[in-house]
Amino acid sequence: MISINNLVKKYENLTAIDRVNLEIYDNEVFGLLGPNGAGKTTLIHILATLVKPTSGTANINGYDIVKESSKVRSSIGIVFQAPSSDDMLSGYENLKLHSLLYAVPAHIREKRIKDVLELVGLTDRKDHQVKKYSGGMRRRLEIARGLLHKPKVIFLDEPTLGLDPTSREIMWKYIDKLVKDEKITLILTTHYMEEADFLCNRIGIIDKGKIIALDSPSGLKESLGGEIIEIELKNKGVGTKDTVESILKRYNFVHKVELNDKEGNLVIYVDDASSNLPVILKAIDNDNSSGSHNNSVKSVGFRSPTLNDVFLKFTGREITSQQQEDHAEGGFMERYAQYENK
Amino acid sequence: MPKGALWNDMLNMKINNINLEKELGKLYAIWLREFKVFLREKSRLVASTFTPLLWLFVIGTGFGSVATNPSTNHVMGHAEWGAAGVGYQQFIFPGIVSMSIIFSSVFFGSYIIWDRKFDFLKSVMVAPVSRSTIFIGKTFGGMTTSLLQAAILLAIGLALGIHYTPVSLMLIVVIILFLSFTLTSLGLAIGSYMESLEGFQLIISFVVFPLYFLSGALFPLNNIPLWLSILTTIDPATYAVDALRSTMLGIAGENPFLADTGILFMFVMGIGTIGMLSFRKMKAV
Ligand SMILES: Nc1ncnc2c1ncn2[C@@H]1O[C@H](COP(=O)(O)OP(=O)(O)OP(=O)(O)O)[C@@H](O)[C@H]1O
Ligand SMILES: [Mg+2]
Repeated sequence: MISINNLVKKYENLTAIDRVNLEIYDNEVFGLLGPNGAGKTTLIHILATLVKPTSGTANINGYDIVKESSKVRSSIGIVFQAPSSDDMLSGYENLKLHSLLYAVPAHIREKRIKDVLELVGLTDRKDHQVKKYSGGMRRRLEIARGLLHKPKVIFLDEPTLGLDPTSREIMWKYIDKLVKDEKITLILTTHYMEEADFLCNRIGIIDKGKIIALDSPSGLKESLGGEIIEIELKNKGVGTKDTVESILKRYNFVHKVELNDKEGNLVIYVDDASSNLPVILKAIDNDNSSGSHNNSVKSVGFRSPTLNDVFLKFTGREITSQQQEDHAEGGFMERYAQYENK
Repeated sequence: MPKGALWNDMLNMKINNINLEKELGKLYAIWLREFKVFLREKSRLVASTFTPLLWLFVIGTGFGSVATNPSTNHVMGHAEWGAAGVGYQQFIFPGIVSMSIIFSSVFFGSYIIWDRKFDFLKSVMVAPVSRSTIFIGKTFGGMTTSLLQAAILLAIGLALGIHYTPVSLMLIVVIILFLSFTLTSLGLAIGSYMESLEGFQLIISFVVFPLYFLSGALFPLNNIPLWLSILTTIDPATYAVDALRSTMLGIAGENPFLADTGILFMFVMGIGTIGMLSFRKMKAV
């Protein structure tokens, strides 16, 4: 379990983490969702003992992150935002290096390396230098490295940043499988809404160093007032809207009926659209067959409010995405050349 | 940082055998990584072997013609070498060996700037490894690579008429290890304070070249002005050059061999401690 108390991190006159209080429970997948510069990485770095907090405390697995940093480090695994393996070494060599650094016992070392390589699907590329890996393979190697010593808590800082949609979905599957197979607590940061939605039990929305909302993905979305059903009727116009509104106002799961100005469709805000949609359609249909109105339904659709809507509501801004910084190919001169070109 | 943490680390290692084994495993891992990367970065390997040879043969031959010309004897101040049968190329050979160590060790240490830039350092620091272990692993890496490069030069020395005995080879290795430990520590100490790659150029201009030129690698130090001799006195490489010269060429150095070695050992302890302390204070991110 992780508990964070009044954590603050200041950089000169910038407050990167602003009085954060948070509990993260065992075996949960917790998402930190926020835009660039929100403080996600800083928070993870503090928890991983790489950055000292300005004030406040935090405990991981019962160890204080400042006073017992070495014990904290033994019990966590972390995948950084940018790849951090040595690209002059092969994937296997990187894993071997870290299994020694984490003092994985000698008799299980090779098996552990083999297992994590298999889990991330890099077995056949294990002897290639990391500089020859694709971005997605590098990420997977980092994840393998984070799992080597069977930590109870794993941090993933933007696990799918810079991956194409296919690789992203594959990564999601890995993460999902990981959580199911390994019984770990996982904390991931992201600025992709769908990612947080898909993977996390609970989400903390972080903005300007503050946790501004904390709930399950569905809880967050429900806080917006349900889902949205859009109905296209044969007869369009204000009259129809009033009729439908009067039909539906007896249901308390319906919050609001509005007319979409552009297409003339009805926009109905409801709770739990999937189970209530049939009720709504039936009510409209009954009204038709009773002969009082001619409002037959031409087409229907519903969508949930996205976390994007949630983020918008809490911050008044959209989350923008960013390009991942290109990483160097490797090698001293290449590294240098790369640097010179910047 | 708690006072005496370093000693606590060492004490813990000694008291607990299992811990010692683990710490040694970590040390080995860091050393091995350094060594492998060194062997794989071909450009670095080639450059660091080729440059000393260039100095040895171009400067050695070019200046040699001036230095051995009787009319310029007094300029180079080496009347006694002729008597000992030592040519200029042989005279600078120990200096060139030192040069290779100076360059490779300081670069090796300050290479930590790249480790940080490319986030590798972060991944090591987030592992349960003490800073002292990382530091020692890196200095061992620096010593190994310096020794390897020096070995290539020592072999070439045979062709220049340098004679080795088992004892002299042993002394040479000790001096090389002392110097490379000192300068790798220096590189690590400087590198641990540098956040950007710009620092690397500064290290070359303000550390590597002065260490080299002030060491007496290329000219004898017996006739130099006071200001210069002050600088050469605080250059650890001076003592290595002097010790190597007396061992390899069998001529009397500026100081007795033991004095050179003793002073060098003080640099090992002093700069080693500074390096270790800066390393422990270094920010991880
Ligand atoms: N070493 C540092 N010195 C000064 N300011 C810093 C430092 N590290 C981070 N910051 C600042 O702290 C704030 C939070 O940064 P952080 O990297 O935690 O954001 P993030 O949420 O991870 O963003 P991103 O999505 O871009 O990764 C930013 O304003 C950043 O500029
Ligand atoms: Mg970040």
